[in-house]
Amino acid sequence: MSRTARPRLAVWKFASCDGCQLTILDLEDELLTLAGAVEIAVFHEASSDVGEGPFDVSLVEGSITTAKDAERIRAIRAQSATLITIGACATAGGIQALRNFAHLADFQAAVYASPAHIDSLATSTPIAEHVRVDLELQGCPIDKNQLREVLSALLIGRKPVVPGHSVCVECKRRGTACVMVAHGTPCLGPVTHAGCGAICPAYGRGCYGCFGPMESPNTAALSAQLAHLGESPDAIRRVYRTFNANAPAFRAESRKHGD
Amino acid sequence: MATRTIKVDYLTRVEGEGALYVKIDGDRVEDLQLRIFEPPRYFEGLLRGRDFREAPDITARICGICPVAYQTSAVNALEAAAGVAPTPAIRALRRLMYCGEWIQSHALHVYMLHAPDFLGYPSGMALAKDAPDIVERGLALKKAGNALMAAVGGRAVHPINWCVGGFYRAPERHELDGLTDQLKRARDIAAQTVRWVSGFDFPELEQPYIFVALRDDARYPMEGGRIAASTGLDIPVADYPAHFVEHQVPYTTAKHAYLTETGQPYLVGPLARLALNVRKLTPGARHALAVSGLDLPCRNPYRSIIARAVEILFACEEALRLIADYAPPNPPAVPVPPRAATGHGASEAPRGLLYHRYRMDAEGIIQDADIVPPTSQNQAMIEADVRAFIAHNADLDDASLQWRCEQTIRNYDPCISCATHFLNLRLDRGTGTP
Repeated sequence: MSRTARPRLAVWKFASCDGCQLTILDLEDELLTLAGAVEIAVFHEASSDVGEGPFDVSLVEGSITTAKDAERIRAIRAQSATLITIGACATAGGIQALRNFAHLADFQAAVYASPAHIDSLATSTPIAEHVRVDLELQGCPIDKNQLREVLSALLIGRKPVVPGHSVCVECKRRGTACVMVAHGTPCLGPVTHAGCGAICPAYGRGCYGCFGPMESPNTAALSAQLAHLGESPDAIRRVYRTFNANAPAFRAESRKHGD
Repeated sequence: MATRTIKVDYLTRVEGEGALYVKIDGDRVEDLQLRIFEPPRYFEGLLRGRDFREAPDITARICGICPVAYQTSAVNALEAAAGVAPTPAIRALRRLMYCGEWIQSHALHVYMLHAPDFLGYPSGMALAKDAPDIVERGLALKKAGNALMAAVGGRAVHPINWCVGGFYRAPERHELDGLTDQLKRARDIAAQTVRWVSGFDFPELEQPYIFVALRDDARYPMEGGRIAASTGLDIPVADYPAHFVEHQVPYTTAKHAYLTETGQPYLVGPLARLALNVRKLTPGARHALAVSGLDLPCRNPYRSIIARAVEILFACEEALRLIADYAPPNPPAVPVPPRAATGHGASEAPRGLLYHRYRMDAEGIIQDADIVPPTSQNQAMIEADVRAFIAHNADLDDASLQWRCEQTIRNYDPCISCATHFLNLRLDRGTGTP
């Protein structure tokens, strides 16, 4: 690739809700600048122009839930210099990874009369379980500002700054009183990765962990606090089993509180 | 005329992953299948055993483009199950939030996904190279919708402020006042949008649609109401299962829906809402509609882009009215004690009627759930439209026919992630590889 060519960007989708891809289009003020600074080679949701690889950067949304998709992600990796996962599905397996804790046949029977027509693996797994991933952007959905930072850093050629601290730091920065201390509201903020801007506590509810685990979360201490606030083992298990249920730290902690 | 094969590998500018397979012999469509390949995520399975208060956050994740629709239908169903009705102030705030979702979702579709079909561009971004002003207008509209969602819901994708019973916190007046100027600009852009799209060239096609949409005595339907159809049907949402049937088709992961009584497919979405509720539009939207030349009921699916533009204008006007009248609901949520019961709920997602049913036990644990998204209801109708288009236009060359088939599917703003989900178009005229 010549030095003067624009970097070639590809956006890919696996099992997901499309919300993280939509966050790219939600960069309303920067979208047209971005479309000028990079060559958007593949972005099925937004464009019928579909280019061939190789790609300088691939953004990957969604988790792997079929044998075909497991093959497809390997082909994408082989064509991508840098591969970045966007969102909880691609990074942790998403809400659909709740099947990893149950029997797929039960889930299928709840939805389809003839599950035999459906190609589906028994698990929903993150991209990093299948191929090497260069950067993971957490969140259900990802945060627009973090996405902007990653894209800007890539264009400039520097390392993106995505802090690994907890939502608690963001509450302090925002000036929100701690909902757990002040009101006894159960909150996953102490173990959850920053990035959303601590929205939930600002709206009077506890964080529900949609950004997944922070670096080195002390989930045992948080579970003890939740039990102290009167949460049942079932309820404690459920709070870790949502959009990042399959992230190792949340998965391990949820297993301490029932099946 | 010999049979032919045309193959396209991915239908683009739709949300999710799907394919279309068409086999044509002369001007006769031998076989047509809209195949949704998107892998299923089993929401109805994973909702079992969850606390009923988790349903709005979990079902929001079915769709990143219309999470408020899922949250609304979920809370409507669960409040009905519990026998609790939210206050008018809570309902008004929900409606305000829903306006934001209509504005951003419709603006995305009109400007970035659908208009390029009429103007001969592969994407909104490509259109922006020649006509940056037009695309910037669309992005400004979308931004206004997102700003409204963020102000009420905390953020635009998967808002966090929605709970069974109401809201975690009602925004203060001053948090909404700041939106007024932006929404007034959006309203003007929306009026301009109606004029712009009504000047497009529309392929000829008239389809015998049965329209189905919510109906509300006082207002244009959005966050709730009764279910009405152009057949004269007018039923409470709880009667939905008795009148509509979903069934699994082997070639797709999304289920099809039909009217139980006649076995006919039906249409949901902007054209159906307008056909059944035009008198309840806001004055500016009614005026814009009159000037647009869209005759109702409209049975040309390509003109749905005009209906969508009119609804953007309506949603801007409605949001401005709701903000002007706003008094924060106090308390922001009514208590919803669980009980062993089944509840049904519906609302008008940007793409059409979205129905939810939940059965919970006395502790509020969900025993089973049923969700019928608009795109799965429209699937049979999408196939019928493509079939009819091809029958009238079989003389088109393969490339043009393929382009028009994709455009025909995009008329529906299909949300394949919702319907479970992938579009790849394959035209088989019998002579090429299968």
